[in-house]
Amino acid sequence: MPQRRLIVEAEVGLHARPAATFVQTATRSPAEVTLAKGDGAPVNAKSILSVLALDVKKGDAITISTDGDGAEELLDELASIAGAP
Amino acid sequence: MATTLTGSGVSPGTGYAPAHLLTGSIPEPPKGAVHDGDAAAEKARVQAALEEVAADLEARGERAGGEAAEVLSAQAMMARDPGLADGVGELVDAGVSGDRAVYEAFGAYRDLLAAAGGYLGERVADLDDIRDRAVARLTGAPMPGVPVDAAEPYVLVARDLAPADTALLDRNLVAAFVTEDGGPTSHTAILARAMGVPAVVGCAGATALVQGTLLLVDGATGEVVIEPEPAAAQAAVAAARARAEALSGTTGPGATADGHPVPLLANVGGPKDLEAALANGAEGVGLYRTEFLFLDRADAPTEEEQQAAYRAVFDAFPGGRVVVRTLDAGADKPLAFLPPPGEEPNPALGERGLRMFRRYPDMMAAQLGALARAAEGTEAIPYVMAPMVATVAEAAWFADACHAAGLETAGIMIEVPSAALRAHDLAKVVDFFSVGTNDLTQYAMAADRQVAGVSDLQDPWHPAVLDLIALAAGAAGAAGKGCGVCGEAGADPVLACVLVGLGVTSLSMGSPALPWVRASLARHTLDQCRAAADAARSAPGASEAKEAARACLTGLGDLGL
Repeated sequence: MPQRRLIVEAEVGLHARPAATFVQTATRSPAEVTLAKGDGAPVNAKSILSVLALDVKKGDAITISTDGDGAEELLDELASIAGAP
Repeated sequence: MATTLTGSGVSPGTGYAPAHLLTGSIPEPPKGAVHDGDAAAEKARVQAALEEVAADLEARGERAGGEAAEVLSAQAMMARDPGLADGVGELVDAGVSGDRAVYEAFGAYRDLLAAAGGYLGERVADLDDIRDRAVARLTGAPMPGVPVDAAEPYVLVARDLAPADTALLDRNLVAAFVTEDGGPTSHTAILARAMGVPAVVGCAGATALVQGTLLLVDGATGEVVIEPEPAAAQAAVAAARARAEALSGTTGPGATADGHPVPLLANVGGPKDLEAALANGAEGVGLYRTEFLFLDRADAPTEEEQQAAYRAVFDAFPGGRVVVRTLDAGADKPLAFLPPPGEEPNPALGERGLRMFRRYPDMMAAQLGALARAAEGTEAIPYVMAPMVATVAEAAWFADACHAAGLETAGIMIEVPSAALRAHDLAKVVDFFSVGTNDLTQYAMAADRQVAGVSDLQDPWHPAVLDLIALAAGAAGAAGKGCGVCGEAGADPVLACVLVGLGVTSLSMGSPALPWVRASLARHTLDQCRAAADAARSAPGASEAKEAARACLTGLGDLGL
């Protein structure tokens, strides 16, 4: 399954506005999209509560995974949101 | 003819707006509640409720705009969370009723966020709000909470208001408070005066009012008119505004009409209250409640932290007096780092105030040390006083400690009846008195401030309370020392005149009351004040005392009081 691994750069981590934008973007895809922190278990990237509960902070490594048509484009977009400073 | 409810007017002013009833929190749906067997229909019902909550949050966000829009749209996303929907679905499939399923599914995330603390921990309140809204929709209960994003001003109607209810209130949106319970020293009353919002408490029938009913609230007389004639209501509001202008016409240091000076001071809880104090013309601080710096913290503040907080207040009043009350912990204000020795059956009569310092003398030494250093080089005149003093020995112990720390002016609160009764002895060992009328009333009338059922006894107009104040003021005067009042009684523009008549030398109050008291004193001579005090003390009860005093105070009409 296509994946992206990256380090979160935003000062607030994947909380607040970055988390909301990330989840809204993931929600646009009909395919399953997951997010994992470090080596942890992946959670539904369309669930704001699950994403928040991961408590991803600045400097944490995350893995985004999805499948299906346009998976690479979606991953690029999600990675740029999560990786933006 | 419009109907009128009557309670106690505790914060003057007039408000006219629709009622917003603050319901209690939404009860937890009972554990083990099940639906009628049609899981698909129950899931659809829950889904619809969550969607309605989300849409409502979004709509409110759009109205509010800006940052609020972002916060509310994030909340809407939580209501539409697919993970939450899955959690609800599993529970409903297992037979759990929709409302209980919502409660439990939210609970799982709630625990995760709470455990994370910080920013995420603060989202727990958002989550609870969404959960309560969804449960309210499913059970038909009224929506909870204070409307923080209302488009129009409202009259907040509640059984009583807790600090947590009122933290988010916007002064510009609250036209008045009306509570079913509570007395003149209830939280609602203190908050209303601090915010400068008209308030009526102890108003029977208030919680039976219908949401959205137009109310005309008179915070001086205690009248709440239901669906008044709109023209008359608007005229009343305009008249109130005119009175407010009359108020702002009296400026300068506090004094009676014949020039007897009565310094008017502000009650503050920390540097944040200084702006309002200065704006309302406070001549100094008559009560700096230092425990407010330290509530909600697990560990004791350092001396440096204390010093900075004290210095900020001293610096605001060069040449003015700043009366600092040492930590008043215990009873209704427990401090985590000063735990009482054990469960107290009646905390108001337990180890609180100065009694706590007898148990923790290091804490007193630290506070007095910080105060002495904060006072070095300040242009303010620092006064220090201890709360809950009952005996001469306690007063002498405290005053000696202050003097030894380099604090010249050491006084005590007069709030225990024994202190008022033996004020002539206490005046020999301390430099000043300050009467705390809230506690003095509570102890003299044996009426717990937190028990609504005895709120009519928690009235400083009771002649027994006035007698005790007269004893304290008289003893201080005979010893050539000052006796101020820093309780809520000093904020009542009618009672303020009576207090001056009893011999009180300064008055301290929540800042918004200062213009009222200043204007009231300026309209009466010292002789009128003394006559009002004599009349009040000759009355058989609180309401008769108030009536008798009012009859002597002919300038009240000017102020619409």
